[in-house]
This record gives sequence, C-alpha cells and structure tokens, in this order.
Amino acid sequence: MSRKKIDWLQYYANPHNFMNLAQRVHLPLWGLAILALAYGLFLSFNAPADYQQGSSVRIMFIHVPAAWLSLFTYSFIAGASLIALIFRHPLGHVAARAAAPIGAIFTLATLITGSLWGQPIWGTWWVWDARLTSVLVLFFLYLGYMAIWRAIESPDQAAKMAAILALVGSVNVPIVKFSVDWWNTLHQPASVSRFARPAIHPDILYPLLTMGGAFFILFFALLVTRVQAEILEQRLRARYRGNLNG
Amino acid sequence: MRAYWAIFSQDIIMAWRLGNTSLAVAFLFIAVTLLPFGVGPELALLKRIAPGLLWVILILTMLLSLDRLFQSDLEDGSFDQLLLLNHAFEVIILTKILAHYFAIIIPVAIFLPIAGLMLNIDASALPGLALSILLAGPALSALGAIGAALSASVQRSGLLTALIVMPLYVPILIFGASVIGEPSSGLNWSSLGVLAAISLATMMLSPFAVAASLRGAER
Repeated sequence: MSRKKIDWLQYYANPHNFMNLAQRVHLPLWGLAILALAYGLFLSFNAPADYQQGSSVRIMFIHVPAAWLSLFTYSFIAGASLIALIFRHPLGHVAARAAAPIGAIFTLATLITGSLWGQPIWGTWWVWDARLTSVLVLFFLYLGYMAIWRAIESPDQAAKMAAILALVGSVNVPIVKFSVDWWNTLHQPASVSRFARPAIHPDILYPLLTMGGAFFILFFALLVTRVQAEILEQRLRARYRGNLNG
Repeated sequence: MRAYWAIFSQDIIMAWRLGNTSLAVAFLFIAVTLLPFGVGPELALLKRIAPGLLWVILILTMLLSLDRLFQSDLEDGSFDQLLLLNHAFEVIILTKILAHYFAIIIPVAIFLPIAGLMLNIDASALPGLALSILLAGPALSALGAIGAALSASVQRSGLLTALIVMPLYVPILIFGASVIGEPSSGLNWSSLGVLAAISLATMMLSPFAVAASLRGAER
C-alpha cells in the first residue's frame, strides 16, 4: 500500500501531470465552494438568535470555521514541507508557499471577527485570553514564514529555509498553546468561556458545520488556483531565461 | 574535542574583542534607563512590572546579538572549512550555540541583578532572576540560532530574524517571567524546572535545524 502511495506522489511530482488534474478539478471546486458558502450563509442567517447575544452570535459562523482553517492550513504547510524535504517533492514547496497567505488571511479573519464579536459581548475589543494570544502568535508564525520566502532571492534556497521554519513552527505551536494556557490560568481563571452551555443546539451546530465544510472547500479551491498560478509563473520565468540565453 | 574547544574559545574571544559582550551589557543598561522615562519614576509601579520588563529587554538584547551569529562565517568562507572538518557539523553548531550563551547571556545575567536593583526589585528576588536567565539562556541561544541560520543569507537580516524568533520565544518568556512573578510566594521552582527542560530539549534539537539550514545557505 505504501508503495502505491509513493507512486502516486511521484506521478504528481511532474508539474505537467498536476496541471492536468488541476485544470479538471478547478472549476467544479470553485462552483462547489460558492454553492456551499451560499448555503452555509443562508443557514447562518436563518439560525435562531441567541437569547443573550442576539444576532451578534452569527459572527460565530465565520469566526469558528476561520479558526479551524487557520490551524488546518498551518498543519497543511508543515505536512507539505515535510513531504518536500523527505521525498524532494517539488510540488510540496509550491503547495506550502501557496497555502501560507490563505492561512494568514484565515487567521487574521479569526482575530478580526473575534474582536468584532468581543466588543458587544465582553465589552472590549481585545483580552489577553489564552486562545486569543495563541492565535495571535500563530499569525506571527505565518508572517515569518511568508517573510522568508520573500527575503531569500534564490527560490531553491528559500524553499528549503521556509520548509525548515514551517517544521520548527509546527513543533512550536503546541508548546505555545500549552504555555499560554498555563500562563492565563496562572493570572486569572477562565472567565470567558465561549460555549458556556453544555452542548450546542443542533439549530446552531448544523449551520456551523456547513460553514466549516464550505471553508474547507474554499481553501482547496484557492489552493489549486494559487498552485496553478505558481507553476505558470515558474514556466514563464524558465521561458524568459531560455530566451535570454539562446 | 580540541577542535570544538578551539571553536568555542575563538568565538568567545571574538565576541569579547569585537565588543559584542560589552555592547550587550551596555544595551541592557540603556534600555533600563529608558524605562522610567516611559512609565514614570514611581518605585511601586516599577517594582511590579520590572521582572517582566527585564525579560523583554533580555530578549531584545538577544535579538540584536543574533544578527551576525553565522553571517560572518558564511561570508568569509569559514563554514566551508567547518563543513570539511572530520567532525559532525551539528556538534560544531552546538559548540557555537554554547559559545554564544557564554559570551552574551552569562555576562548579561551577571549584570541583570544590578539593573533589577535600579528598578526596585527586592534584593531577595535577584538571585532567582539571575538563575532563571542562566537556566533559560541555552534555549534563548539555541532558538535564536535557528532564526540566525534561516536568515543567514539575507543582507540586513535583523528584522527578519526578529520576526522568526520572537514567536519561538513566547514559552520561554512566559515561564521565565513567572519565576519571580508573585513576590509573596518566593521562587517558583516548577517554572525553573520547565525552563531547564526547554533548554535541554532545544539544545538537543535545534543544532539539526541550524545545520540543515546552513547547508542550504551554503549552496
């Protein structure tokens, strides 16, 4: 089974093979993403308002899926970097690079929607709560990762450095999470727990999961588009260099 | 072993002669001098926030000293020679990390209690503060080395290194500042234990990341 998996990896190491696949799934993926988002938004606006929070609870339907995706994207980058380093898979670096700005935007969306939600509910734009702080640190990890891609001129070298940073960061994320939790409980016991109720009512849970699924599909649609653009750009550069040389 | 010792002592002598050691200590004091202008000279307030501020200043001192940790060796070709040596490159890196710890962090940790007195920290808390920095120091050097190595091929890498390294420092800062966080309860020994654990783990793991990225930068 593992042999088959390696073959599969090797097949898509050829950018041409990947482009064939990407062109086939590209439009369906976007169509699905838009449909799922529309359906998810429809459900979100029809969900019952919270008896305490009123309509502002609907921010959750953006906020929570964005938070899921911010963590998922970082694991995706770390996984892609690992594959790129171990199997020397060229697509791994490209995928990791393409995913980084998407993840950073999801993380920023988490922070901003959280802040907008916190203002009417907690009465403040920002608290140094464990969760907020670790998401903020995650955002800086994304920024550092993207900065390395920008700062190093040689693409091969930048790819390697960024992959190492992604792996170091992936070790760091759980440690930051643990230590920030510990720090927060040291200073003040958890005074803000978002899901104070014992369980989420299905009326809320169902739109939430739909939006989560929609965000996942949106992530992959964006990823395929960005990877395609990246490969085309590399081809253009190669052709330009070819023209210069001969 | 002699080669490691030679690298270690040469790094320390160079840090001393080029003035990196004294610059780090001078930076510590000028930053401490700026604080009362920023927050006001009220001693009670300074006493409360001093441990955390000293930790933040320590981290800034670290970041400023990281800039050229590997860059000069990379530029003048020393790394080609080190790679050709019949010694594990990872262990050479560990040697250089330890040299950075001895050349920068230990001098700063020696002078930090004086800075602490200037900020009105209780004299009884000062040994704890120095101890926490000595225990956390290897981790500061080891994680900083990762950032320095990743940005070694970039000119004017200071800000990039800072952006890479600061998220990695968050856990150290949290446990470091909590060692003397509560004045009434004395030293927080469990925090000291965690700091020591972080130092051991990062000293073991980071040379591999540093060596891999320096090999990549070499090409």
